[in-house]
Amino acid sequence: MGTLKPTFDLLDAIPMGICLIDTSKRVVFMNRALEGLSGWDRSRVQGLKCFNILRQKACFGECPLDQQGEDLKEVCFESDTISFFRKRIPLRVTFSPILGERGEVVGYIECVEDLRHSIGKSAQWDRSYRFGNIIGKSPGMENIFRLLPLVADTDSPVLITGETGTGKDLLAEAIHMASPRSKGPFVKVNCGAVPDTLLESELFGHEKGAFTGAVEAKPGRFRLAHNGTLYLTEIGDLPLPLQVKLLTFLDDKVIYPLGGSKGFKANVRIIAATHRDLEGMAKEGRFRQDLLYRLNVLRLHLPPLRERGEDLKLLVDYFVKHLSLKARKGIKGLSNEAWDILRSYEFPGNVRELRNIIEYAVTICDGPTISPSHLPTYLLEGKREEPGAPQIVASQMLERVQGSNNWTEMEKVMILEALLKAKGKKSKAAELLGWGRSTLWRKMKEYGI
Amino acid sequence: MNHITIAIPIYGQSVAPRVDLTSEVVLVLVENGKKEDERLFVLPQASSEEFCQFVLKEGVKTVICGGIEEEFLRYLEWKNVEVIDNVIGKVPDVVERYLKGELKTGDMVGHEYQG
Repeated sequence: MGTLKPTFDLLDAIPMGICLIDTSKRVVFMNRALEGLSGWDRSRVQGLKCFNILRQKACFGECPLDQQGEDLKEVCFESDTISFFRKRIPLRVTFSPILGERGEVVGYIECVEDLRHSIGKSAQWDRSYRFGNIIGKSPGMENIFRLLPLVADTDSPVLITGETGTGKDLLAEAIHMASPRSKGPFVKVNCGAVPDTLLESELFGHEKGAFTGAVEAKPGRFRLAHNGTLYLTEIGDLPLPLQVKLLTFLDDKVIYPLGGSKGFKANVRIIAATHRDLEGMAKEGRFRQDLLYRLNVLRLHLPPLRERGEDLKLLVDYFVKHLSLKARKGIKGLSNEAWDILRSYEFPGNVRELRNIIEYAVTICDGPTISPSHLPTYLLEGKREEPGAPQIVASQMLERVQGSNNWTEMEKVMILEALLKAKGKKSKAAELLGWGRSTLWRKMKEYGI
Repeated sequence: MNHITIAIPIYGQSVAPRVDLTSEVVLVLVENGKKEDERLFVLPQASSEEFCQFVLKEGVKTVICGGIEEEFLRYLEWKNVEVIDNVIGKVPDVVERYLKGELKTGDMVGHEYQG
């Protein structure tokens, strides 16, 4: 029986383009998949400078080799190439050094993934009122969907704000998945869930013996997120000393583990999220103003469900279909009475609460339609009081029209109130109600306003 | 007197690997089969459209380049510009081979070419 001797030919079995490059940036080997993708005859390219064959945007002044030299770690980015057959091909490129026996860099490996297929997929998402796992067609959500590809394409920090349950985690993940870092790790840290004393070593790591009990070195979340995205949720709960350390990282991109003197240059994109009012906290001195400015480069605000108008139907339909399939039940939808109850509810827990309500109803329901008796009882007992919940125009209106007999009347009064507030401007009134302009027109016509 | 102009998008001393990512173009004036003059031009921005406009404005007869997209190649050919693409090599060597009438698409000029 023969022994396994790895040779370059093994790389031909991998269905992803691979190129081996020496330290003077000349092609040493190109596998069959890359030969097919680039169109170059691989028997002719050995010894050529790699930019002649790979022809990526980064080859023109942004070569990772020039930028990082000896310190080069794995780098992942999106790019494109023009093949021998004159086709532009979008690519995801991962570039790593190959180390010799003594740890010295002896060459580089470039893995190239053809993205033509996945780009077609994202175009389909756009058409179906969704981005990643986020669904919506209200003006607020459409605005976010429009911004998302632009936000995903950059490396700037992102701050996501919104009430609890609005989908901040999903949005952060969607940004990561649509970004050139999508093949890198997505690491989530809940700043409010880890005790203050442990958070520093959790985020930045520690060296062996840095403190009592540190029996071995720990890499920390920043290091784990190298070449990917670090998602810091509940950033408002980050203690002040760590806020300074985060700010330092955002400025020079180097992390220093606890007890260590050598820094690590981490290629990490930061996405932060909070349901707190960071501006207010900054005024009170509980959040650093300079960190707020640094994080606030790109800000996305997720509207609460009660301001998302027609999205309620879209989300209910989606959850009913999805959850009834999961529970192997043939539920078709909601009865009109059940709809009325959901429409008049404020959803302080937003989409998360809606999902839980539908999950409950799908579990309880034994027929094809969800009726009021299948909904959680607290919905039937009237509006739940949420002390200290943020006040918004729609909910203020709702309080004023509580005396009305039915939803139609309530809606009429709400529209009139909104029009009064907007001084007759229909687009502004629609915005206040969280509806699209066409929905407001239709309802005004329906109610003869 | 028979004179023609050749356009070569360049990157450093070599033919640029892609037309759409370089803004530097060398125009070579050839008279009676001999190189008479060579001038460097810098386009306002790197793009295939910009390059095609420049080629037509300067009355170029032949483009020698690296990677070019099909639609731009077809456009130039439709405008009676000869395009020899996927060429790798240093500009003087490439021009020399062209003047000998031996340059063709996909050539790596000089088997010993080392970028």
